[in-house]
Amino acid sequence: MEANNDGSMSQVRHVVLVLSGKGGVGKSTITTELALALRHAGKKIGILDVDLCGPSIPRMLSIGRPDVHQCDSGWVPVYTDAAKTLALMSIGFLLEDPDEAVVWRGPKKTAMIGQFVSDVAWGELDVLLVDTPPGTSDEHLAVLENLKKHSRVDGAILVTTPQAVSTGDVRREITFCKKTGIRILGIVENMSGFVCPHCSECSNIFSKGGGEELAKLTGSIFLGAVPLDPLLSTSIEEGKDFIQSFPDSATFSAISSISQTLLESLQTA
Amino acid sequence: RKNCPGTTSEQAGKSSSCAGCPNQKICASGATKAPDPAIAEIGEKLSTVKHKILVLSGKGGVGKSTFSAHLAHTLASDSTKEVALLDVDICGPSIPRIMGLEGEQVHQSGSGWSPVYVDDNLAVMSIGFLLSSPDDAVIWRGPKKNGMIKQFLRDVDWGDLDYLIVDTPPGTSDEHLSIVQYLSSTHVDGAVIITTPQEVSLQDVRKEIRFCQKVKLPIIGVVENMSGFVCPSCKNTSQIFPPTSGGAERMCADLDLPLLGKVPLDPRIARSCDEGKSFINEVPDSPAAKVYQSIVQSIQDYCSNRVTEEQSTS
Repeated sequence: MEANNDGSMSQVRHVVLVLSGKGGVGKSTITTELALALRHAGKKIGILDVDLCGPSIPRMLSIGRPDVHQCDSGWVPVYTDAAKTLALMSIGFLLEDPDEAVVWRGPKKTAMIGQFVSDVAWGELDVLLVDTPPGTSDEHLAVLENLKKHSRVDGAILVTTPQAVSTGDVRREITFCKKTGIRILGIVENMSGFVCPHCSECSNIFSKGGGEELAKLTGSIFLGAVPLDPLLSTSIEEGKDFIQSFPDSATFSAISSISQTLLESLQTA
Repeated sequence: RKNCPGTTSEQAGKSSSCAGCPNQKICASGATKAPDPAIAEIGEKLSTVKHKILVLSGKGGVGKSTFSAHLAHTLASDSTKEVALLDVDICGPSIPRIMGLEGEQVHQSGSGWSPVYVDDNLAVMSIGFLLSSPDDAVIWRGPKKNGMIKQFLRDVDWGDLDYLIVDTPPGTSDEHLSIVQYLSSTHVDGAVIITTPQEVSLQDVRKEIRFCQKVKLPIIGVVENMSGFVCPSCKNTSQIFPPTSGGAERMCADLDLPLLGKVPLDPRIARSCDEGKSFINEVPDSPAAKVYQSIVQSIQDYCSNRVTEEQSTS
């Protein structure tokens, strides 16, 4: 199907979905950190948060609850900085009460996501990262169908934690990608070991090795492993830029390497 | 369809945006507003279940399935009790693996589907048992997921049960609405809400709590998982998922809900789940196992107190 190349996504160079299948593995965290790393590398980045029930990204970027405005080309995304290097659109912005649950069935979620994808005036972006909720259901089908109408989807990054309970769900997400024709850009293993800050002993709290095994099993690229790091969890909680605060950490190095590999695969595709 | 008034609203089939919709006739006839007959059937079928407990979160990956499995194991350790665990996470069914039942299939008989038995008194049902390969993805939209949940409640031959535990996926969507709806002519003891300490989780969990209040589902209490990690080498504690806004403790105080317990991180929990074993059986003396046991006791007490209250008021 020919992508409709005029409109809100016409100046977005690359679109990358961040998927998992499993909840709580760090999709939103990895989306945020990749966005910050790519921006650090001089790119203009957008994030589309389609987790209607649990939109986490606004807090992670310290954006709070801004008013969302419309312009001629659609909704104006919210920028984290005056230079407009990082833009975000999240359902979180449209909720009057942040504690109010979005208790919608599939069809209503599908309709909202349709609007989100079509009506945001992203302007010029190098990469649009799309953060998704766990699962293989309405939101995923909706975001994919709508993205394909307006743009090419470069592919998806799959986030897992090392344990089998996670990789078990991610295998299903890989099937989803294959069935819907999404190229798998690679697998990221999050929460990959914990180095005790007191004594440097490494504990494999969520087991070990699952990400690489999954990559081998499914013939996918293993993009890298990100350790469990309380400094990262705290940055995310407080909406701080981890990349700026801890540039010398092993965690930053892992994220940076993943973002580099991602950029290279987007540019050579 | 944009501006669909909703199939159960007064305007169903009659509003201007209904024009041209293939469902218009059905909606206008009022058929969609009639209560689903399955609700009464389920009420009948589950009348032999003494206690029903939902395990909810709102946030993914906080340990709902882990908790549900261990709740089931612990309740079933009393061999005089009949316990069942129903997994309604249609897209990401973790329960078969966690209960050591991967690869098992369900059987149909005259009286319905037979659940899979872990022990004589512990039965499990999950969509995982209906999939033929671990790579099979269940790419279903809401209505189809709802249909499956209906079948699980109406067509599984549970028998007489002391406890039915329902493990749910994250979110506040089709699965949650359906479970509450289909259980509406039965008595549900309440929900156990699972969270981890950080605000990123709590912000989703508060929504789940609002959902429970909206649908009048009583909340038995809140469990805070992944509550600190004690290094096995130097014994120092690290807050890997920091309670930057006061953790579950502050949330429970603010919302006047019981905090049932705080379970610390323990690598042996993930390992047990991956291996399909009960962590509480494997490492009963660990701090985490002790907290789990105390939480289960609180839940049992809550369920028996409810029965006592009902008996004294009737």
